[in-house]
Amino acid sequence: MAREVISTGNELAAHAAFDAGCMFFGGYPITPSSEVMHEMSDLLPTVGGKFIQMEDEIAGISVALGASMAGTKSMTATSGPGISLKAEQIGLAFIAEVPLVIVNVMRGGPSTGLPTRVSQADIGQAQYPTHGDYASITLCAGSLEECYTQTVRAFNLAEKYMTPVFMLLDETVGHMHGKAVLPDLEEIQAKNVTRKRFDGPKEEYKPYKAEMNEPAVLNPMFEGYRFHFTGLHHGETGFPTEDAAQCQFNIERLVGKINTVALENDGLDDEADYEEFMMDDEPEVILIAYGSISRGAKEAVVKLRADGIKAGLFRPIVLWPSPAKKLKEIGDKYKKIFITELNMGQYLKEIERVMKRDDFATLHKANGRPIAPLEMVAKVKEMF
Amino acid sequence: MAFNYDQYLRVEKMPTLWCWGCGDGVILKACIRAIDKMGWDMDKVCVVSGIGCSGRFSSYINCNTVHTTHGRTIAYATGIKLTRPDAHVIVVAGDGDGLAIGGNHTIHGCRRNIDLNFILINNFIYGLTNSQISPTTPQGMWCVSAQNGNIDPTFDACKLAIGAGASFVARESMLDPKKLEKILVKGFSHRGFSFMDIMSNCHINLGRKNKMASAMENLAWIDSITIPLKKWEALTPEEQLNKFPTGVLREVVQPEYCDMYEMVIEAAQGKRGKITQDDFAKKI
Repeated sequence: MAREVISTGNELAAHAAFDAGCMFFGGYPITPSSEVMHEMSDLLPTVGGKFIQMEDEIAGISVALGASMAGTKSMTATSGPGISLKAEQIGLAFIAEVPLVIVNVMRGGPSTGLPTRVSQADIGQAQYPTHGDYASITLCAGSLEECYTQTVRAFNLAEKYMTPVFMLLDETVGHMHGKAVLPDLEEIQAKNVTRKRFDGPKEEYKPYKAEMNEPAVLNPMFEGYRFHFTGLHHGETGFPTEDAAQCQFNIERLVGKINTVALENDGLDDEADYEEFMMDDEPEVILIAYGSISRGAKEAVVKLRADGIKAGLFRPIVLWPSPAKKLKEIGDKYKKIFITELNMGQYLKEIERVMKRDDFATLHKANGRPIAPLEMVAKVKEMF
Repeated sequence: MAFNYDQYLRVEKMPTLWCWGCGDGVILKACIRAIDKMGWDMDKVCVVSGIGCSGRFSSYINCNTVHTTHGRTIAYATGIKLTRPDAHVIVVAGDGDGLAIGGNHTIHGCRRNIDLNFILINNFIYGLTNSQISPTTPQGMWCVSAQNGNIDPTFDACKLAIGAGASFVARESMLDPKKLEKILVKGFSHRGFSFMDIMSNCHINLGRKNKMASAMENLAWIDSITIPLKKWEALTPEEQLNKFPTGVLREVVQPEYCDMYEMVIEAAQGKRGKITQDDFAKKI
């Protein structure tokens, strides 16, 4: 049965983690994400789960990764400065293939920036949070419901692909307080993904023996399947190697298990990677927006239609890997496209790359304020 | 009969990557003998290491092993231990790893008193990266990152651990492997954070430029700066200068973190009231 709740985005992200089977949270306080941590400290011990507030952001993710290595579903939550500090450990999670959900409630940057104000300026950071080559999975919530449903999805993707997954909220969505209708709990739990495990003879276990584009199979610790985690390049048994062919294979596999798989299967799972709003009647102009400002963009679409301009909205939910096939289709089909983001054009670059054109109308702001629907309407009207 | 190390080692990884005469191998062997004395099931043992020469420690012991990033060993190990309080977790870090880049985690691991067995392999230098000064490098020694001699004051790791609240603090050098083994067994047996400052040699990258180019000369220097606690206590403050007491420096019973977390679970599950100051002996 669907559940009606009154809550905030941050609290819903925590409840989603709990319902997805998360049993460990490690973190460090930071505005505007701290409520995720507050809620987890309340929820986890009720089922014997573990919560710990660490001494710094680096320890916050390290402790969560340790828990995931031990075999449990684990999470951390922070904001941009925290991701900057966690960057090196995120790299270890990529190369050692340790699942982890990292919630980033975005605020203005760079540096301390605008701690209590909204931004969407960590889109590029989510794609390449750390040094080296890898591919990132990044989801972005545009509503209270999605703070819940997409966080559940983030856990399932992390466990399926054995990788850290970014769950992006922005300050507006994170602190938005209102009614949300959540899916049936049993339905959610029935679809929960838990990482694959090897049940064969212990001496035959090779955790990183994976085909191209396949994830590693990492068993929980302490059950007899002993192996070695390392941030160094490693062979199929997990031990360090500098073998050129192996290292090249490792990177191609890390990138391929996400990017190639998403491209070939048109997504990483069977859930929606985007929303099309009022796009089924051949609109004259398409707005593209994600996260909290897609809400204003929806209102702009309605206002534009009232003013006689047939508009529609395309809203990506999975930002990385981008819904490239659909974006290309839109780029080929519609002449007039308007893109708006709360940054100076971080996703615009990806849209330009995929659509292979750069003749868009744009509205980008980085001043910690949301973009009002009327500002969008005015900008779109300039195209006519 | 000679002790059979092979059952605890990943023998296919031998020989180790450590230099000839390096003390790390002596510590590895003492650690294995101590594990054997404890009678631990190796499926329930986890060894976590960081970056540096000591970072390779984890890959040689046949159990659940984690080679983490530079300085973060205790934070990763805390996640593992808190998830599986029944496991035996050994953390190995160097002086750069545990006292410089990872100093904050060392402080807070000690403070929480989580049941980790922390072996600080203290060789007074960044050995793997060719001789840069570490927090324990003596003042006046020459290193590649102190071309005119080191002016940075030297760190007493055990004083830090005691100050931060570790319930077991000990120091030993690898000069006497039997003593070292005993200290490790004591630390492993202790419930709470066991901080063990194990002094070791690096004649290659500390010794060569500081008039102790052979392992023996480097070891003789370590011998000259380490004094058993009882003897050390009898010295005048002037005589104690630049010398380090060895043996068990602190051993107290304090609530362990995973045990304390059980109170959190019980409170959350309504099996007891909220935790208050009355639950703790130490009140503020």
